[in-house]
Amino acid sequence: MSATPVVPRPGSAESPAAPAAGLLGVPPRARPGWRVFPARVGAMCVVELQKLRHDRTELYTRAVQPALWLLIFGETFTRLHVIPTGGIPYLDYLAPGIIAQSAMFIAIFYGIMIIWERDSGVLPKLLVTPTPHSALVAGKAFAAGVKSVIQAVVVILIAAVLGVAMTWNPLRLLGVVVVVVLGSAFFSCLSMSIAGIVLTRDRLMGIGQAITMPLFFASNALYPVALMPGWLQAVSKVNPLSYQVDALRGLLLGTPSHLWLDFGVLILAALAGIAAASSLMGRLAR
Amino acid sequence: MTDRTGTDTADALSCTGLAYSFGGARAVDGVDLTVAPGEVFGLLGPNGAGKTTAIRAITTLLPVPAGMVQVFGLDVARERMAVRRLLGYVPQQLSADANLTGRENVELFARVYDVPRRERAPRIVQALEAVGLGDAADRMAGTYSGGMVRRLELAQALVSAPRLLILDEPTIGLDPIARTSVWDRLTEVRAATGMTVLVTTHYMDEADQYCDRLALMHRGRVRALGTPGRLKAELADRRARSGEADGPAPTLEDVFRHFAGSGLTDEQAGGEFRDVRNTRRTASRVG
Repeated sequence: MSATPVVPRPGSAESPAAPAAGLLGVPPRARPGWRVFPARVGAMCVVELQKLRHDRTELYTRAVQPALWLLIFGETFTRLHVIPTGGIPYLDYLAPGIIAQSAMFIAIFYGIMIIWERDSGVLPKLLVTPTPHSALVAGKAFAAGVKSVIQAVVVILIAAVLGVAMTWNPLRLLGVVVVVVLGSAFFSCLSMSIAGIVLTRDRLMGIGQAITMPLFFASNALYPVALMPGWLQAVSKVNPLSYQVDALRGLLLGTPSHLWLDFGVLILAALAGIAAASSLMGRLAR
Repeated sequence: MTDRTGTDTADALSCTGLAYSFGGARAVDGVDLTVAPGEVFGLLGPNGAGKTTAIRAITTLLPVPAGMVQVFGLDVARERMAVRRLLGYVPQQLSADANLTGRENVELFARVYDVPRRERAPRIVQALEAVGLGDAADRMAGTYSGGMVRRLELAQALVSAPRLLILDEPTIGLDPIARTSVWDRLTEVRAATGMTVLVTTHYMDEADQYCDRLALMHRGRVRALGTPGRLKAELADRRARSGEADGPAPTLEDVFRHFAGSGLTDEQAGGEFRDVRNTRRTASRVG
């Protein structure tokens, strides 16, 4: 067995600019274990931002639906006064719900994206890099969060234009960012988990549509939970979207909310989602 | 294990009784082979022979039991992360991200291989220049031709200075000029770095010209193993012994036909359905 590299064949190595090995001959050193996870999450978020920088169309088209919800549904119902909102205009009440909704719609798309990446070879290639499944999933989850935060900014601006009275307290807005990121992390992991179970895009699209609707309506995004029949209240109780909306309302409007509980539930949901999606990631690789 | 690799005298790759089944279909059925450091090793075989499955087992994508596959002395089942640090992988599909520039595509892989920040930019430039994409670096990968995408993927794999580069049909769907260009770049980088290359291909001319040794797979097993010259000489011998020595000297294609026979239509083709699907997808994206 020859330990020395085989001599390159004549006829193909005569190119003028045959590069000296340079850095390509030196493997990068591994990061210490605990830094791998944040580094991978950072890498995925950077990619997301780069993509958004090249093509903002999605940002604009995705702003249409929340704008219509606020403009048509919100403006109408704010005049009807049929939904008890605790004394604030319905449009104000609705705005945090729409922020959560648009973030969820973005996040739910990530399962479809990961299947597309599996089919196109992008995912297998990433799975052959020194990236644990959990770090890859968390990276995608926070990338979804990055996108959702940008989306949330757009919705907040639209709401402000429509005259919704929201806080501009930077600390509270920071809280909004955290809540949006955690919610998106959960919903993208939910979607990626289902992707890991059903494995094809067609099945996932059907399921994605079948669950986003009930997740949205069986929550406090449009109306208080107290108005719902008992069984639906139970559904809303286990729906992380409800906690996300509750926290957003508390932070943005200063309405009575359960911030500690909300943050706790959202953190646990995000962690559980990352755990579930990463344990299913191997199925997508196979 | 303190060093990144086991021992420096270890084989670049060694498979011992490598086997993998999808459901009841035995895609790889006991493959034994070793690849020496610095070698360009070609894996040939008809569709459904188990080449891609073997590669997916070697690249840690498929779970295989310990003891079956070792890369530079590291067991892929036991030291998955350490093995991945030694690998560069270019899958069959054209898998660069069309929504990023060439540079950003490579940058992602520099990041996930922990290239330190100050080294990142020069390393990315070197990887792109090594594959002749220095000038196109800031164009969106979506505007690249099929051959350029392949070279970009090569840059993505090279940025981490892999010791074992694994290419699954790197020239599938490319025109002859693009094919030559991919191989020329590969040969240059290999000459400069001394890395080992494991490649699958359907093109016998490529196997003949660029591979140091070949393994011919059929129905999940290695049917023939050796240098291209040796494989051809053996077939010539065999023919001489059976008294048909008068024909022209056998080509690698004759060797392929001899071992794979009518393999293209056999019942096992169903086992690699996914392969065909992926190839079609690739074809439609290239076209």
